[in-house]
Amino acid sequence: MAFNRRTLLAGAAAGAALPLVTPLRHARAQAANTIRIGVMNDQSGLYRDLTGPGSTQCVRLAVQESGITTRGVNVEVAEADHQNRPDVGSTVVRQWLDRDNFDVIVDVPTSSVALAVNTLCRERNKVFLCSGAATSDLTGPACSPNTIHWTYDTWMLARGTGGAMVAAGGRTWFFITADYAFGHALERDVSNFVRNAGGQILGSVRTPFPGTTDFSSFLLQAQQSRAQVIGLANAGGDTINSIKQAAEFGITRRGTRLAGLLVFISDVHALGLPTAQGLVFTETFYWDLNDRTRAFTQRVGRMPNDIRPSMIQAGCYSAVLHYLKAVEAMGVAAAKASGAATIERMKAMPTSDDCFGEGTIRPDGRKIHPAYLFQVKTPQESRAPWDYYKLLGTIPANEAFRPITEGNCPLVRT
Amino acid sequence: MTELWYDLEPFLQQGTLGLVNGAFYALLSLGLAVIFGMLNVINFAHGAQFMLGAVVAWMLLSYAGIGYWGALILSPLLVGLLGVAIERTMISRLYKLDHLYGLLLTFGLALIIEGVVRNQYGVSGLPYGVPDAFRMPPVDLGYMLMPAYRFWIVVVSIMVCLGTWYAIEKTKIGSYLRAAVERPQLVQAFGVNVPLMMTATYGAGVALAAFAGVLAAPIYSVHPAMGANFIIIVFAVVVIGGMGSIMGSVVAGYMLGVVEGFVRVWWPEASATVVFVIMAIVLLLRPAGLFGRK
Repeated sequence: MAFNRRTLLAGAAAGAALPLVTPLRHARAQAANTIRIGVMNDQSGLYRDLTGPGSTQCVRLAVQESGITTRGVNVEVAEADHQNRPDVGSTVVRQWLDRDNFDVIVDVPTSSVALAVNTLCRERNKVFLCSGAATSDLTGPACSPNTIHWTYDTWMLARGTGGAMVAAGGRTWFFITADYAFGHALERDVSNFVRNAGGQILGSVRTPFPGTTDFSSFLLQAQQSRAQVIGLANAGGDTINSIKQAAEFGITRRGTRLAGLLVFISDVHALGLPTAQGLVFTETFYWDLNDRTRAFTQRVGRMPNDIRPSMIQAGCYSAVLHYLKAVEAMGVAAAKASGAATIERMKAMPTSDDCFGEGTIRPDGRKIHPAYLFQVKTPQESRAPWDYYKLLGTIPANEAFRPITEGNCPLVRT
Repeated sequence: MTELWYDLEPFLQQGTLGLVNGAFYALLSLGLAVIFGMLNVINFAHGAQFMLGAVVAWMLLSYAGIGYWGALILSPLLVGLLGVAIERTMISRLYKLDHLYGLLLTFGLALIIEGVVRNQYGVSGLPYGVPDAFRMPPVDLGYMLMPAYRFWIVVVSIMVCLGTWYAIEKTKIGSYLRAAVERPQLVQAFGVNVPLMMTATYGAGVALAAFAGVLAAPIYSVHPAMGANFIIIVFAVVVIGGMGSIMGSVVAGYMLGVVEGFVRVWWPEASATVVFVIMAIVLLLRPAGLFGRK
């Protein structure tokens, strides 16, 4: 649908919400010694459970565990809803950066919004720690000295899920693509991967975003193409509806396989194991992956609606933890003076945290860590609440993301 | 001949699927038309009440173990009762005012209902499976495989739509209702309890939305915005059919579902907009809608 009630009111809501999300002016006197973190994401729409208040909770945990506040530095965390709209997101971020002197913007799912924030932070020499958005353009043509793309990207998803599907014999593909920057980037990256592996793209259909509820027409078009694999280049509620309706129409019963190119644990929870079982996908974090991820999940405590942290929320924790380490290393004044210098410092330090283990940050702004190929368990295999994934394989950190030379990032051209 | 058949296949498929979407449009716009026709209230909370129908079905299953068939009766009843409470305490105070007040009130209610469900259950949705009675292989229509449950949706929605039309246009109570819309004081003077009838009408309209919600739960993701995704289209359907026209909203509902299906073959990106284009054309040519009386 081209517009809905939320979008109708978005302009008004953005204006009305701003005074609410930036109640920080009282602290002007301490401003020089205060780091201001703005967590902006979808707080009310279809990506709320993957990002939303859960991301803020993880950011607060990172602030607390960094211990920086016990050493005399103030850290303030604010959150805002961008409603998945670039215009709303840009307005919020402009006010945060220009009026309220925020130092860092965190999360920002929805690629179209993230690309806008990427530009704003660069122009103002602030820090953008992107966890929520997927487009690999953030470390490609749109790469910036002020941005780190933390958790995952479309190339990694293509490499992980696309690679596994092609290796398992899925050579012909049809895409059901959410019609905006993220869907387009994901389709492009997976298509490249499939073609390079000798596969064939038989077609694709672009579904209006947001607001598509019925995917059965698109699924039938996909089935008609006789492709072996239907690639779902969408996320959140769109993916849930696609998978639910594919099961209803018995699409997979006739040998066609579904590739959920971006699936989160909250999606699996919403689908229920009977519908979701067998689904293969790639993530960089799973709460039950190892002792460190379990310990993190324990510490983060009860999440909104009792969900387990998504990889995006874990990424917000990890990114802010590392950022605060860099701030301590270079001093608050220097960190506040230049976002690019702070990012430079972050790139020079190896990363380490419970969510992603040991990692590095590349010159193009890509955070590097392993990715994992998971399969959803059957109801019989699942032994406890949220015991949903089994690990099929690990993609080592140096292979999980697009090689730096192939991204066309202007920062790394010599 | 075979080639013609091959060319027709996608249209037959999408037309059939469009009927299913049309069934939801028809059920929802029917409720809106009844409420607008009888109460003169533009019920913006209709989408939220549709969503509540699905959520209550899920709650009945999860907390009380009541399955689909029970929910199909109970959920509309419960949500309808909530509608009655809303009408008694709030909407009934606005009948004398401009439409805009009713619209704003129900819009606010919709936001509150959605917000409460979102806070309680998140946005990812609640799992609700297809009822056991329909767990069979899809039916082969020759040109497509159609899940049995989707047949059920089309059949039951046609029955409910015809039943509602009959009740309003052909029964004695329906005639009271229509008379009360034209001359409320006169009908009241004849000893008919008009306010009670208004309340019951709103409750029934809301129950229709909840009924559609239960029908939708097994095939669409049950989440707080599921109604918001529908409701703007449904308003367009009501306008196209003719504000307040029962038959108009039903026919326009099915028709637009099918048209939308066709557009999904030709130009999928436009499928969300086509309904509004048709609305604009209809408003230009027949401002009262296809079935509306001036």
